[in-house]
Amino acid sequence: MRNAPGRLLIVDDNKVNRLLMSRSVEQLGHTSAVAENGRIAMEMLGAEPFDILLLDIEMPEMDGFEVLEALKRDPKLRDLPVIVTSSVEGLENIVRCIQLGADDYIPKPVNKVLLNARVSASLERKRLYDEQKKLLDRFATVEVAEHLNEGGFAIGGQRLHATILFSDIRDFTAISETMAPEATIDLINTYYTLMFDAVSSQGGIISLMVGDGLMALFGAPKPIANSAQSAVSAAQDMLAMTDALNAERAMVGEPDIKIGFGIATGEVVAGYTGTDARATYTCIGKTVNLAARLEAHTKVAGRSILFDEATLGALTDPSVCMPMPDVQFKGFSEPKRVFAL
Amino acid sequence: MTADLIDTATYAELCDAMGDAFAAELATTFLDDAPNMFADLKQGAADGDADAFRRAAHSIKSNAEIFGATALTAAARDMELSGLTDTSAASIPALEAVYADTAAALGALLNA
Repeated sequence: MRNAPGRLLIVDDNKVNRLLMSRSVEQLGHTSAVAENGRIAMEMLGAEPFDILLLDIEMPEMDGFEVLEALKRDPKLRDLPVIVTSSVEGLENIVRCIQLGADDYIPKPVNKVLLNARVSASLERKRLYDEQKKLLDRFATVEVAEHLNEGGFAIGGQRLHATILFSDIRDFTAISETMAPEATIDLINTYYTLMFDAVSSQGGIISLMVGDGLMALFGAPKPIANSAQSAVSAAQDMLAMTDALNAERAMVGEPDIKIGFGIATGEVVAGYTGTDARATYTCIGKTVNLAARLEAHTKVAGRSILFDEATLGALTDPSVCMPMPDVQFKGFSEPKRVFAL
Repeated sequence: MTADLIDTATYAELCDAMGDAFAAELATTFLDDAPNMFADLKQGAADGDADAFRRAAHSIKSNAEIFGATALTAAARDMELSGLTDTSAASIPALEAVYADTAAALGALLNA
């Protein structure tokens, strides 16, 4: 098994050991950098990416045990493969390294065949892990991926204050009936690209995509300063982008698309729903239902953006908002106040 | 005598794996750096700094092992394992003597 070359960081307080290790690593076709102690190594790890850490234990300033502990605490470095290379005395010290998260242990003087096997195995593990992470980033948002990396996956929820935004393309079924399938997918993908951009630039995340409809969360999994304002700004940005898109579509004789937005703010239950095998990060609760109802109501009200009273209360300039007649939504006992932009 | 000081099979393995020129460079680096390690050892003993003392003994042992310096490895390991004690300072000259013999044997190999 021959891997693509890796970049290794060699941490050892001894000159002869550093020299020997970097030469051995080079001979195996990899590149390396060296650090004289744990503190310097941590600085280097923060500044540039490495594939593997070759770590000595006995070192001044910050020893190998302390480095292992620091790596464990850092979500960005927690999964960096570490091979401890040491002539430390006592089995209990080797056990301690493994317990602290070291992947492997090679006694000094380092045997080159053993080093090659360990480095190859660690590079392969790192490559698989990086691929997994890429997949996670593709199918989850950056925030959810980070949330998963930091806290791990657990089915369960927490109560959060958040703003939920629903959007969909008005009469999309009718529009798509006259279009070729490729053109339909193309239009949806353009719409998603614009929506993702508008939502993420305001600090929100897209939680659900169903056909031409989507649900975005602001303030979950990570709190943001003013989730209501961010959601309304995202809807406004999106409307502006839709105007630009429609101008392009008009030039090639395609009909305008219109988008409706429903926004509600309040307490939600957020977390991973599903099973251990297949789950998604989402929010549920009355606030979510209300946002969905408001979005559906945009067709009745003939407005692009509708939101609830809690959202209005958090806006930096509520004077530009227009009160609409109260609405008795299905599933809610009281009529709701509704506002438009 | 020389067989105890440098295990020639281990040294030959090092030359095989890393190349003669690099093994020689490594040995020269060790001989240059060893006085610093002994200085750290003495300083650790003088300051009553058990960690520094153990670390210095550990470094000498770890380097001696690379070249197959059997006697030096064993003596430095003893010192690392016993740690800093009342008799540590007094035992340093004996380790230095083993090192001096080892350095001479290693030097002879380099010039061979």
